Amino acid sequence: MSAVDMPASQRPTTEAALAKPPRRPANMGQIIRWLLLFLGGIAMVMPIVYMISTSLKWPHEVYNINLIPEEPTIENYTYVLEDGRFYWWFVNSIIIATVTTISNVLFDSLVGYTLCKFKFPGRQIVFIAILSTLMIPTEMLVIPWYLMSQSLGWLDSYWGIMFPGLMTAFGTFLMKQFFESVPDDFIEAARIDGLNELQIWWTVAMPLVKPALAALAIFVFLGNWTAFLWPLIVTNSVEMYTVPVGLSGFGDEADVAWELIMTGAAISTIPTLIVFLVFQRFIIRGVVMAGLKG
Amino acid sequence: MAELSLHQLTKAYGKTEVLHGINLGVADGEFVVFVGPSGCGKSTTLRMIAGLEEVTSGEIHIGGTVVNNLEPKERNIAMVFQNYAIYPHMTVRKNIGFGLRSSGLPKADKEARIDEVAALLGMTDLLARKPSQLSGGQRQRVAIGRAMVRDPSVFLFDEPLSNLDAQLRTQMRLEIKKLHQRVGTTIIFVTHDQVEAMTMADRIVIMDGGHIQQVGTPEEVYRRPANAFVAGFIGAPSMNMLAAEAGPDGVRTNAGGSIAMPLGADFGKRAVTLGVRPDDLQLTDGEGLVAGTVAVCEPLGPETLVHIDTAGGEVVAKADGRHPPKVGDTVRLIAAQEDLHLFDADSGVALSWGPRT
Repeated sequence: MSAVDMPASQRPTTEAALAKPPRRPANMGQIIRWLLLFLGGIAMVMPIVYMISTSLKWPHEVYNINLIPEEPTIENYTYVLEDGRFYWWFVNSIIIATVTTISNVLFDSLVGYTLCKFKFPGRQIVFIAILSTLMIPTEMLVIPWYLMSQSLGWLDSYWGIMFPGLMTAFGTFLMKQFFESVPDDFIEAARIDGLNELQIWWTVAMPLVKPALAALAIFVFLGNWTAFLWPLIVTNSVEMYTVPVGLSGFGDEADVAWELIMTGAAISTIPTLIVFLVFQRFIIRGVVMAGLKG
Repeated sequence: MAELSLHQLTKAYGKTEVLHGINLGVADGEFVVFVGPSGCGKSTTLRMIAGLEEVTSGEIHIGGTVVNNLEPKERNIAMVFQNYAIYPHMTVRKNIGFGLRSSGLPKADKEARIDEVAALLGMTDLLARKPSQLSGGQRQRVAIGRAMVRDPSVFLFDEPLSNLDAQLRTQMRLEIKKLHQRVGTTIIFVTHDQVEAMTMADRIVIMDGGHIQQVGTPEEVYRRPANAFVAGFIGAPSMNMLAAEAGPDGVRTNAGGSIAMPLGADFGKRAVTLGVRPDDLQLTDGEGLVAGTVAVCEPLGPETLVHIDTAGGEVVAKADGRHPPKVGDTVRLIAAQEDLHLFDADSGVALSWGPRT
């Protein structure tokens, strides 16, 4: 019997049909999961909230553990933004993070593509050699980097800050893995259609790994934006500092000006937030696809 | 358009040779289908013609020129791949026009050529769409369009229909055949499906184990198979093969049936394989060539495939779909003399075909 044949009293009403199914009561496992997620969320958000809170405090209130300032002020923001040094650090960080990001996106993907799509003797050895550099910690590399910079005359310059990060083993590995998902038929079809290898890489392969490129761009940008150790070592003049290096120097020998550091840090999160908001759908997809943690 | 020929073509990966001296001539405008089981070397041969695999030895000629050392783009060929290989980030228009990027044509001419090909394939309304918005058949048409737009000397198709469902495959088969009749370009088409080979080809090249087993028209390879492999591969269901002994006067199967065949006085007594197609076996009340019990019936509508257990193994026959035998029935089967094929029991080489053509 169809619904049309039913007596009116038995027919399902539109309201009944559209009503949400009754919600099942949450079990204990779900409650614990939600609680842990909530606590995790609090732990992630608290430093940001505390950073913003401190940036709105007067110096005498900084060591009070209260989230809401007693006398909120934007004096710190005025001071930092009017201080010419912060402007330079911000520009330096933008230039360094942008150039290294573009360089990584181009060169890591070129190497990754070559290792993935070209068959040549020693290919595996080259790949393993690149991967093995991931096991060397930065702390071990800074002295050779410093000596290289010194001999090349790159100390206290953009080149000096940027050169160790212009290409990364991680980026090469990430891109190689993503290029594995590009079917060889696409490459061969383009070859038959008359494109040279560089054109194939740029026109066919690169658009197909956009999520990986976006993820790599975010990883590299954030990594360089927050880099501290190497920029601290290679720079001497205040004008060449990056934001993290510059902020660490706020204050004097007797005291650290936490309210100014937090103000600078709050301002410096803006570019990273913008980058993340623009590319977040790519980074989530990219991380899931690569099976890597961000 | 151009003729194509292969001379003693071999291919080896390391020390393993997978193609063993292929010789073939393809006439200008001919539709040739390479068919064979997986691993027989048909796709490797096609990829060597395309320039995607290096030639180990031998020569490939296209339009009279040796192309062994030419890049794929210099061979003036176009290829349609099994998974279409149309770029998901480009519209249909861009996909079709992709092959013209390095043609040096003015933009207006390129656009006109794309429109012309799209009209030929009935895709004018789809030019602004992305591949994800197309059906399987439409994607296949885009892939064909991309190949056509360059007006190549030779079209290469690498199992282009194997990703389509049965109905669409039949439809595309017909469209490709019509297209060939319209444009007349030389086509090399690779498939493992013998029905595709039979229905589309001017000539079929049957391959196995890196060797060409037979080259011929569909009628020739079906009626006069060169060996037991070709006989078993071409035709569905496969030809029945019965162990037998042949002499000057006829053939006696190892299971006991016999049939008179004037094979000639110089035909020495020897072990043979007797081949007979399911279509050529008839139910009989008299003494048959083979006898057995019906094991399975597969109704196909107009006819029924009957699987019969005999002393010589399973035999498949076709029966009238309206009055098929029942499972468990004992049946006897007979075939006309001219429908029997004899193959050497050891080498599989054909010894005799029925005269029917």
